[in-house]
Amino acid sequence: MKPPPFEYDDPGTVEEALALLAEHGDDAKVLAGGQSLVPLLNFRLARPERLIDVNNVGELDYLRVGDGALRIGALVRHSALERSDEVAAAVPLLRETVRFVGHVQIRNRGTVGGSIAHADPAAELPVAMAALDARFHVRSSRGERVVGADELFVTHLTTSLEPDELLTEIEVPLPEPGTGWAFVEFARRHGDFALGGVAALLRLDDRGHCERAAIALLSAAPTPVRAREAEGFLLGRPLDEQTGREAAALAVADIRPSGDIHGSSEYRHGLIEALTRRALSAAADRAKEAA
Amino acid sequence: MTRREVEVEINGGIVRRTVEPRLLLSDFIRHEARLTGTHVGCEHGVCGACTVQLDGEPVRSCLLFAVQANGRRIRTVEALAGPGGELHPLQQAFHETHALQCGFCTPGFLMTLEPFVRDADPATLDEATIREALAGNLCRCTGYQNIVKAVQLAAERIHA
Repeated sequence: MKPPPFEYDDPGTVEEALALLAEHGDDAKVLAGGQSLVPLLNFRLARPERLIDVNNVGELDYLRVGDGALRIGALVRHSALERSDEVAAAVPLLRETVRFVGHVQIRNRGTVGGSIAHADPAAELPVAMAALDARFHVRSSRGERVVGADELFVTHLTTSLEPDELLTEIEVPLPEPGTGWAFVEFARRHGDFALGGVAALLRLDDRGHCERAAIALLSAAPTPVRAREAEGFLLGRPLDEQTGREAAALAVADIRPSGDIHGSSEYRHGLIEALTRRALSAAADRAKEAA
Repeated sequence: MTRREVEVEINGGIVRRTVEPRLLLSDFIRHEARLTGTHVGCEHGVCGACTVQLDGEPVRSCLLFAVQANGRRIRTVEALAGPGGELHPLQQAFHETHALQCGFCTPGFLMTLEPFVRDADPATLDEATIREALAGNLCRCTGYQNIVKAVQLAAERIHA
């Protein structure tokens, strides 16, 4: 229950961090909030030779709204995201989502970038970011690239980040005014990993028909997944109970959640379908209020 | 492994040591600073017993390395009582409502709840909010009923 020995660097700038990653990337892990990595170290499930601690890279700790996007520096703590009124006004889905992350002690320390880079399919923020069409800014000493959720999340706990790359920013396009939102999940105990969850965004035209839908599912697959068929189905339709039910059935038609001691695959399948109905209904209510 | 010098302010005093980077902050507090009020339960971030305040915010000290607290301010349960040993209102409320039995989890609860009670508005403080605030701390003796009561009592007194 004590971490194995490791070499430790605590760079003060992105440039220094990238230089260290270029030199040691294959043998190093980036340490951000440490709320997932340190338990793995304490259990000795992870034994990196070196930790590159980015907590002193203050230039990655920012929240900016402008030019049609919310820009979240990778080092922003969950609790800073939760407390920001600017975030709540610009992208209310994020405040609703971040409150489901762990407990207050975890949110005080855990970072947005860390949660994304850890890529746990049961984590909340990656799912919300997938629904929001977020773009992930990734840097290395070789340059910068920007990828979407489909490209970033490869499988369970695995991203397409190269060993020398650092996630530096999450760019969230601002939902258009009038967009309804909802994040729902079910966990056995508050703060536990959820057995299933859904993030939804809906916008209505002036006839009350859906003109934009985004649905992302949590714990449905080895990565966050968008329910593209259900999204397409909703377009042009009024958002009533019947439509919601049919969309939810479509959303789970192709998923095969893995079962474990906390819930079988069939159970999770039904759970995610029910949660999708609820998320769509809540998002529709908010879109109608805004219309 | 390269050892590093760290200087941490704990409860107003400076603790300076040369440590391995892998030394957990929880062990630094207990073994180096010799403050054993911070308890170590699960040591992987689940039970909350090791909760301390880092620059005023509750964090799990078993998920931080001592080197990460370099130059930072730590507060542990030993800082709660007054100079003459008089209990903090939250401790007093725990005592009066029987919010502890064995007491192992109590320091973690207190360090989590102290800023929560300080910032709470007793007029709007409902049970669901309290339960959410303490959800990151596990108690195996009492259940949470009396801990919720203690928070309500302390909030009323602190904001009276």
